[in-house]
Amino acid sequence: MNTSVGIVGIGWTGFRPVTPEASYKELVYEAAVRAYADAGVDPRRDVDSFVTVSEDFHEGTSIFDEYVPDQLGGAQRPVHTITGDGLHGLAAAVMQILTGRFRIVVVEGHSKASNILTLPHITAYALDPILNRPLHANPLAVAGLEACRYMHESGATREQCAAVVVKNRRNALRNPAAAYGADLRAEDVLVSEAVASPITRLEISDHADGAIVMVLADDETARRLSPHPVWMRGIGWANDSPSLESRCWARAAYAEQAAAMAYRMAGIGNPAEEIQFAEVDDTFAYKELQHLEALGLCAQGRAGPLTVEGATAPDGCLPVNVSGGSLGIGHLLDASGLARVLEVVLQLRGQAGSRQLGDVYTGLAQSWRGVPTTSGAVAVLSSRLSGRES
Amino acid sequence: MTQRIASYPGTALSEEDIERGRVLSIHDRLRADYAWDAGLAIGRYLDGLKAGQILGVRCERCDRTVVPPRAFCEQCFAPMDAFVPLAGVGTVNTFSLCYVTWDVKRIAEPLIPSVIDLDGTSPPAGIMHLLGGVATDRVRIGMRVRAVWKPARAREGAITDIRYFKPLRRG
Repeated sequence: MNTSVGIVGIGWTGFRPVTPEASYKELVYEAAVRAYADAGVDPRRDVDSFVTVSEDFHEGTSIFDEYVPDQLGGAQRPVHTITGDGLHGLAAAVMQILTGRFRIVVVEGHSKASNILTLPHITAYALDPILNRPLHANPLAVAGLEACRYMHESGATREQCAAVVVKNRRNALRNPAAAYGADLRAEDVLVSEAVASPITRLEISDHADGAIVMVLADDETARRLSPHPVWMRGIGWANDSPSLESRCWARAAYAEQAAAMAYRMAGIGNPAEEIQFAEVDDTFAYKELQHLEALGLCAQGRAGPLTVEGATAPDGCLPVNVSGGSLGIGHLLDASGLARVLEVVLQLRGQAGSRQLGDVYTGLAQSWRGVPTTSGAVAVLSSRLSGRES
Repeated sequence: MTQRIASYPGTALSEEDIERGRVLSIHDRLRADYAWDAGLAIGRYLDGLKAGQILGVRCERCDRTVVPPRAFCEQCFAPMDAFVPLAGVGTVNTFSLCYVTWDVKRIAEPLIPSVIDLDGTSPPAGIMHLLGGVATDRVRIGMRVRAVWKPARAREGAITDIRYFKPLRRG
């Protein structure tokens, strides 16, 4: 049985704050056409299965998975939808290929966040209806609670969180796909309006519309199709407790568990040494710091100082969110994890344009499903298989 | 009470407490408002309806015309942007006499949802709409019907700009 899975095609549309000219189907179609052209496959002939990620309340349509086949070329073919982040979809595609029954599997995620007029209400509906919702606190307060405890235990400062915003939005200036590139000063972040202390408005990623499609294939097919397959060396996912009353507030336990699973599969013993760059969830600025520590890419309490010192800048020793992350690209709802993977693939292929990192062959992508979840996933990707060859 | 307990703590439930939903359940209301971007294909379709015209779209590769229009052919995956006006006349593909409303009320006069294969589509492609101006016992598969439009000034670029489809011929 084949034991390697490679990404052989990528396509995306966006990312922009609004996309009034196209329906979600048309956004997805455009991304899909690009991904299939990139992979050199015909979806009607070559693709064995399609996996999509979506959340009914984000779409405004019940049983939304029924609406996904046509724009992917998946009508009258095996299709299923995961209610999770794009990385969960990627994990499902990897598993399908590892069964040996599917050679080519497609993964899709999209965001039409601009079409949801009451997104805060939708997010609030993710809170426990009996215990938490009657308090009428905006769910952003959940992030405030976590940031407060994380900063208390780790020693991370507001200035360090502000440095994440400055870095990621500046990185986005070199990413033509990013919606929110900006040249900010830390001071701008610190004095922006308080939303849920210690978090200010500029520390919260704004939403964007867009679609991302990826084509995955087994070892043999990937080598045949692509001059530069990017190998899925490890993938993992995990949840902490959903309870706001008893979860771990300081550490991102879900990211620790997901990373352990992905590192085990990838055979990575020392991530800080072996991971050369990372795209991690930065839905809120503190999340980037908390996630870097959870992933073992730096010691507990070190992510903040390293960020201020420039270690996570594109020219630092561990570039983080060179794409701009969610703060710079825009938060893509359920497609956010795929945006992290997209950047890792572009960097490993050497196709990242003016933000291309020099000599990288192993990168990490990590996602979080946003407040109030403790749901995360991690992928380790490499242009080499097991470090043996390219 | 018993010898040992003079009175039990707490407040007794009344039937009214249960009827008014004060106990055993929590009531809440979700605000879920959306404004869907119709996009190129459906946007043009809705514009056409406002003008009193049903637009289909052609896939030259598959040699077929479909309605409602879409930006791509789900069969061959090529883009579709050749819009063609359709006559608004068609054939009942299937129908149902529905004696319950959308909000689940019994009605004596049924709604007649129907899929109508429009002339000029190939293979026959239909739009989902309602039949009207016909006695319930006269509705048949294969019946020829035509669109009955709202007056031009009342049309707003919506599927309801067509009021219903009614038989081409009386009886």
